[in-house]
Formats: sequence, C-alpha cells, structure tokens
Amino acid sequence: MKFETPATTNPIDQLKVVGKPTMRIDGSLKTTGTAPYAYERYDVASNQAYGYVVGAAIAKGRIKSINLAAAKAAPGVLAIVTAENAGKLGKGKFNTAKLLGGPEIQHYHQAVAVVVAETFEQARDAAQLVEIDYAREKGFFDLAGARELAKKPEKGKPDSAAGDFASGFSSAQVKLDETYTTPDHAHAMMEPHASIAVWDGDKLNLWTSNQMIDWGKGDLALTLGIDKENVRLISPFIGGGFGGKLFLRSDALLAALGARAAKRPVKVSLPRPLMFNNTTHRPATIQRIRIGANTDGKITAIAHESWSGDLPEGGPETAVNQTRLLYSGADRMTATRLAVLDLPEGNAMRAPGEAPGTMALEIAMDEMAEKLGLDPVEFRIRNDTQVDPEKPERPFSQRQLIECLRIGADRFGWRIRNSQPGKTRDGPWLVGMGVAAAFRDNLVMKSGARVRLDNRGVVTVETDMTDIGTGSYTIIAQTAAEMMGLPLHKVEVRLGDSAFPVSAGSGGQWGANSSTAGVYAACVKLREAVTQKLGFNSADAVFEDGEVRSGNRSASLAEAAGDGLVAEDLMEYGDLDKKYQQSTFGAHFVEVGVDASTAEIRVRRMLAVCAAGRILNPQTARSQVIGAMTMGVGAALMEELAVDKRLGFFVNHDLAGYEVPVHADIPHQEVVFLDETDPISSPMKAKGVGELGICGVGAAVANAIYNATGVRVRNYPITLDKLLERLPEASG
Amino acid sequence: MKSFTYERANSPTEAAAAAARIKGAKFIAGGTNLLDLMKLQIETPMHLIDVNSLALDKIEATPEGGLRIGALVRNTDLAADERVRRDYGLLSRALLAGASGQLRNKATTAGNLLQRTRCPYFYDTNQPCNKRQPGSGCSAIGGFSRQHAVIGSSEACIATHPSDMAIAMRALDALVETVRPDGTTRNIPVAEFHSLPGDTPHIETTLTPGELITAVTLPKPIGGKHIYRKVRDRASYAFALVSVGAIVQPDGTGRVAVGGVAHKPWRSEAAESDLPKGAKAVTEQLLAGARPTSDNAFKVTLVERTLGAVLDEARS
Repeated sequence: MKFETPATTNPIDQLKVVGKPTMRIDGSLKTTGTAPYAYERYDVASNQAYGYVVGAAIAKGRIKSINLAAAKAAPGVLAIVTAENAGKLGKGKFNTAKLLGGPEIQHYHQAVAVVVAETFEQARDAAQLVEIDYAREKGFFDLAGARELAKKPEKGKPDSAAGDFASGFSSAQVKLDETYTTPDHAHAMMEPHASIAVWDGDKLNLWTSNQMIDWGKGDLALTLGIDKENVRLISPFIGGGFGGKLFLRSDALLAALGARAAKRPVKVSLPRPLMFNNTTHRPATIQRIRIGANTDGKITAIAHESWSGDLPEGGPETAVNQTRLLYSGADRMTATRLAVLDLPEGNAMRAPGEAPGTMALEIAMDEMAEKLGLDPVEFRIRNDTQVDPEKPERPFSQRQLIECLRIGADRFGWRIRNSQPGKTRDGPWLVGMGVAAAFRDNLVMKSGARVRLDNRGVVTVETDMTDIGTGSYTIIAQTAAEMMGLPLHKVEVRLGDSAFPVSAGSGGQWGANSSTAGVYAACVKLREAVTQKLGFNSADAVFEDGEVRSGNRSASLAEAAGDGLVAEDLMEYGDLDKKYQQSTFGAHFVEVGVDASTAEIRVRRMLAVCAAGRILNPQTARSQVIGAMTMGVGAALMEELAVDKRLGFFVNHDLAGYEVPVHADIPHQEVVFLDETDPISSPMKAKGVGELGICGVGAAVANAIYNATGVRVRNYPITLDKLLERLPEASG
Repeated sequence: MKSFTYERANSPTEAAAAAARIKGAKFIAGGTNLLDLMKLQIETPMHLIDVNSLALDKIEATPEGGLRIGALVRNTDLAADERVRRDYGLLSRALLAGASGQLRNKATTAGNLLQRTRCPYFYDTNQPCNKRQPGSGCSAIGGFSRQHAVIGSSEACIATHPSDMAIAMRALDALVETVRPDGTTRNIPVAEFHSLPGDTPHIETTLTPGELITAVTLPKPIGGKHIYRKVRDRASYAFALVSVGAIVQPDGTGRVAVGGVAHKPWRSEAAESDLPKGAKAVTEQLLAGARPTSDNAFKVTLVERTLGAVLDEARS
C-alpha cells in the first residue's frame, strides 16, 4: 500500500482499542523474568561456548605483534579469532570503524580479538593472557582543538540559508551571540550488547539484541562476505537501545566468527566497561547561536552553527536541525562542520541532532527573552511559524507549539515564577522555573507485516519490528485488533525475526507510526481476503466483536478463517513529507532547587505537554516521555563521557563513573498529550513521541537553574562546580 | 578473574596465620569490592580466606561506655543499631549515605575501611597506575581528575579513599582492633590506620602482612549534634565529591572530618579548634597546602561552603 494522499476516515478512527491506555501485553513476561533476552537463550542451541572480547589498549596506532600462546594454552580455550586469522572481512554500511580491528587500531577498546572457551570465566581469564605489542600514533582527541580544522561534510544537508543573515543580524535592535557546548553521551542502556551465533552449514542464525533487524542482517552478511539470505537475526526482546543498538556491533560479528572457528554455538556479551569505548556514542558539540530581534520581540535573524567530531568517514551530529524549523525570522542560516577525531565512533543516540541542538537553542531563546524583557513563554509564542521558515510554501502538517506552551504554563503555575533570577528561596534552596520548547522531526519509514487468521479467530502478526522497551508489541496488537474487530487478547504478535517481513524497525521515533501503518496495510488485505472468501461485499463489510457483517449476513472470523488466511503487505510513502513539514512539538516546564551553599541541583517538578499526532497508547507513550524526560535530566545535570585528551578515550567507562539519574533524582513527572490527529503522517494519523520527550528538557533545566541562581551556564552538564564560585556568599 | 584456592577460616588467629603463610592470600568477607576487582583482574589473589563464619558480627557495649563493633557487622545492621543511632548518629548517617541497600546488606565494617579507590585509571588495566602496578606511573595526574584528591597526594598518586563510614569513624576517634598471625592483638587509632600515598600508593593501611581486623571500637559517646553531609552530582548512589562529617557541641566546639579530598579521611585537630570561628577559618587550616588539579580545584571552595551549611544546621 502506498500512502500518497492525506488519510481519510478508516477503521482505526473507531478508537475502540487504539488510543486506549493499555498495559503492555509483554509486561508479565518482563516482570516475571521470563522474557527471553539474547544472552540467556540456552534453549536455542546446546553446547554453547563463551566468547570474551579483547579491546585495544591504545586509541590510535598499530598492532606490531600479537602473542596468543599463553591464551591458547589456558584451560578451556577453544579458539581465538583476531584480524590475522579471521579471513577477509568487509565492513558494514552503517559502521564507520571496523568491528574487528587490527593491525590498524582506529579507537580505544576497538575489538582486536575474541577468545572462545568452555566457560565464561575461562574465556575472560584467557582474554587477559593475550599479549599485544602496540605502536602508538598521534591522534586528535580534543574537539575544541580540532574545531579550526573542521570541514563541511560531504553528505546530507550541512548548510542552509534564507534571506541575508549577516545584514539582518547587524541591523537587529537586540542581539545575542553565544557559544554552547554539549559533551559526548553514552546510551548506557540496561542490557549490554549480546549475541549467540549458531552456524548450520553456511547458514548463520544469530540471537541478538538489535533495534534494526534488516540493517543488522545486511551488515553482518556484508562483513562476513556471505549472502544476506544465509543470515537470520532473531531479537524478540531488547533491554533498551536508545540508538546504541541500531547497528551491527562487535558482539554479533565476534560471536559469528568465534562460532565458525570453534565449530560450536558461541555467545558474546560486551562487558559494561568495554561498552563505552567499543560501541557508538552521541558526539560532543560546540554550538554558536546568534539571534537578532526587534524590540517588539520578533526575531529578524537567526543563525546556528555546530561543530562535532568523528572518525574519518564518519558523520556529524546534526545539532542545527531544529533551528531551521522552530522559529520565524526572515534572515537565517545554519551550518554544520565536522572535525576528524580519533575517539570511538560517534553515531545516533535518542533524538540525534535535536537533543543536543535544543539543549543549546533553547537556552539561547531564554537569554534572548531576558534581553528583550519578555516572558520566555511569550517570546516563543511571538515567534511561532506555521510554515517552514526556509521554504514558506511548505506548511507544517500540524503544529501546536503555542498550545503546548500555553497549556503547560497554565498547568505548571508559570505565572508565579519570579522573572528576577535568584530571588526565590525555600529554606536552603534557591528555587527557579524554566521552560523550553520541544521539537523533533517525524520520520516515516517503509514497513511490512504479515497477518494470519486462524480457525480460533486469532490474528497473529509477524513483522521484524522490534520492541526496545517502547511498547511495540502492544500498539501493534491494538492496531490489528482495531482493524479486525477483535479484542486485544485475540491478537498475537511476533516480532524481531528476520524471517518476518521487513519493518521500519526502532529508531528516530519512527517506529510506532511506521510499524503500525505496515500492520494496517496487511490488515486491509486480510479484511479483503476474509470478505472475498465469504463472498461479502468488501465495501460495506463491518468487522466487529469477532465477526464480519455485510448487509444481513454475518460470520465469525473463526469460521471465515477455515484452514487459515494469510495476508502480507507493506506501507510505503509518497512525497507528502516533501509537501508538508512533519514534526512533533512540545513544551517542557521544570522547577529546580539549587542548594545555596553547595550548589547541588535537584529537580523538583517536571511537566511535558506534547503534540505528536494520535497517541496510540497513552500509557506506553507516557512511559516513553517520562523516560525521555529522565534522560534529559541526566544530560542537563550529570552525563558526560570524560575525554582523556592525552590518551584518547572515555575515562569514565562504567556505570559508577558515567552517572545517569537514579530514582532519587527524579521528582513527580506529569505528561499531557494534546488531542491531535495528523492525517499527513499515515493512516494511523500518529507520530513519534519517544524522542520528542528528551528534546528541550536539558535547556528547561538549565533555564530553571538560571532563574534560581542568576548564574548562566552554557556548558553541559551543569554540575555544581560550574555554579559554586558565582553563587552568593554563603554563611557558616 | 584468575583461578584461586579458597578456605573457610575457623578462628581469627588461624585466618591471620594462613594469610601470612600462603602467598597471594586475601581475606574475603562481604566481597562487594574485592569480587568486582577480581573480575577486572585489578586484584588477583591466589588464595581467598573466607572470614564470614568467624563470630565477629556482634555489637557489644564496652566497659568504657563505648561500643565494640565486630568486623563482620554488616553496614545495614550497624546503621540501624539503636545505640549507634542514639549515640553515634554521625556513623549511622554516613553509612546510609553510601552505596545502596543491597550493597550495605553485604558490606562489612572492616571491609568498608579497606575499600579501594574508585579512580577510573586504577580500574582500567590498560593504563599505568602506581597503586595497581607499583612503579608504572600515575595516569590520573594530567588526566581526568575531577573526583581526585586535593590534599595529601603525591607525585605517585592522587586517588581518594571512597568510604563514607570511615569519615565518621575518624571523627569518632574509633580504634581498629586486629589480630596478627602470631595471635597478638593491637588497637590502631583510625587516624593512623590509613596511609597517605607517598611513594607507595599500593600500601593503603598500616596493617602488617596477615593482620586481620576483628573489630572497630568506638569510645564512649561525646554528645553534640551529629551531621553527615555528602555532596555529589546525583542524589544517591554516587561517591562523594566532598563529604563533611561533624560533631558540634552546644558551645560551638566540635570535630570535623572530610571525605572525597584525600587518600584517607581528612581531619585536623588543630583546625577544629577554630570551629567557633566558622567554616572559613577551619577550612583554611584543614586544607592548608592543598594542591588540587584544574579539574577539582572547586573542592576547596566546596569543603568550606559545605562545612558552612553543616555549622548552620548544627546551630539551628
């Protein structure tokens, strides 16, 4: 099915199942510990051996020699794979650095060997006996230092412009020109990367933890130099990804190579201390923002430039994206520059681009509002645009940013905020409120599904879509139930297997809308198959309560199924996303307390108001948003991969050093979804929320800290040391 | 993890004798720190002597009016003990500021004193570390050193001691009771228990080979307000950037020990005498000669401001 014109009324609009707050259907498996995660799949093959990864001890250079003698002689060792003996390997389309390094080392903890042994402990012990002699080479590890060498990336759309920024800015009555920085971030998901590889002749079965089954399958085949058809990936449960599992990673490749060498099923999991430098991360940015406005509070000129770094042939963090679309202003420009850094590979993490981009832009808006003497809510409202400001002929499909801001301000009690910073006190706490707009593009991706109707009247959905904790199982079941007129328990959902039709996968907050649209398409076909089999007129057939009715005829779906009916289809998209700008919007309101003595920062209240199309399941959507708000607090207050600029690696590479918020850091969080449907997005009229929820949170926290203390910090994370010297004198 | 042999000790003296006799032997109690370090091959004991079955898990009143805390008393039990909460509130509060409920259920009193540093370079076996590999150098100096020491450090090591409990023990003038391989016992004032790094940062205490901690004794209560203030980036489950343990008497005199700043709990009896003058006067003396790095220079200000808040609280 191709989606080329805006959606009209369809069975989803009945909203008997879709749109209802629904507990996740896989929830009890998770709470009872019976959801099978990749590393625990003892059931899929007997005789599983264990692989342990050896990571490079240097950031850049070469392996002069490897001595495997001691490791090979260690108890239980079955095989050791290195680049020297692995045979010819390709590189995945989605990988920048090689997943098995050597002799060239591209980054710290790049995998250089996998040791396979009978037990995990034996493999780990033997891995320590692998002796490697390295020749270090000079690398670039400091983004600020490499900024001058940064270049315009060749791919994508690094620059944009409309009007004449330079003259617009120079003639503006009020101006802001500030630079902001965001550090490298780790996904730090709960479940480490893990895979079990089982070879069956020249066919490879891989149980793994991956957000994008088809990408993983393709890149594993490409790297191993085998036919894609000979690879099967199975990933029904994923303990978090946040973009860290979008791509094939070393666990999968090394399990496959280890299994081939040991002639046994082999499982490999990345130990936590290896994950931070071995896998991908969100790259640090330096962002310069200039805003010019007239005293009436209308932006006349806006510019956003961003610098980030990556390995050679890598990509930039596209932190200027939202500035092309979020606010009006006739004279504008954006620019993205990329420096070569020899740190681990930078890549997508939850809301790539917009998450760090709004962290900077939305502080700048707060600063500008203050310069103009305007309330920051009002300043944003005054600069709303209903069209793409770079191409005014392109309207937004839906844009309720003003409503988000107004409703949020009202619910949060924004009017009691003292616009004079540093004036509100609650015992030892300096108290402040902050606001930021949330913005994230809505992407649509081709997505397929197969649906089977059996003689119990049960519909089974099969698609390689993944559930990374988001609730995909549940919204897909809701979609099929709505389409087929069934209660939820009459739908079974099978996900994450490359034997199923290729889906959109989970990434870029496109998963919910795109994958359910694919299920919608398949269900449309199944409805046709049912009516055709019954000889009903498909035009007036009603699917309801497990039955199909047409005129005065009716039949149960179980009867209609007979020996079973199968339908498969996919949803593809035309050019609606070119004619219309599809984005999701929100407003974050945050209240913080800053200890007047120690500058410890604690978030006291949070509210997000989101306008993101139809909310398919308010319960799982809310979970997505509160999780994203939590991650935003982490980015605002504590998360930073600390770079050792001499040695070239992320130093704090475990969960003791890389702090993410704990329960005690997160207060009551409130989420409001505006009633919205977007017929431009898909027949589901839904959009993404999982990434919208993080965009702007960091700036709302930063702005609240400023309101509490009068100290403006432009370098994240905002830790107490950045406030301490600038706080008012303490007593004692 | 290296393969190791294992035995259960039957008595403290036997345990100490075995530890002195067997090459590469270490005691294990709660294992909350040692096992992690063994998995990473930062610690590679060849033999483990499990002391958990020794009957060292009682908290008893001493004839002097204090408390004798068995080496194996778990942090959870110690923090919850009624006498500790009543008379040594500082200790209870410091314990509860550390780790997590699960870890405190396992971690022991003696083990807590013997925690190893959380310096990330100590934890990364690819990097030189004088503490892990004597003579190999210190990667933290000139590296990422936000958590590191500002005082008492050396050219060989700038690591901190991570314990919260030890700060309270230092302020309370606790005694560490030990047994040696020959069966003799001694009491080491906690002030003399932890070492500064000097040229030998791998030597962290004044314990002699095989010597086993059997108890920690608290002198009789001294009254006063007991405050433990731990400052960190997140609200729980993080090591201190700076912590201040204080006992403040109604007349404004008292004791102060500081964590997160040195290789050992940091206290200066001379500086304490300035407590009635306020935080600035105390901190100037307490941290005189501090040599922070550019990453952690804020700790000096933070100690002063935190102590100020503690004194405010004591007076209120």
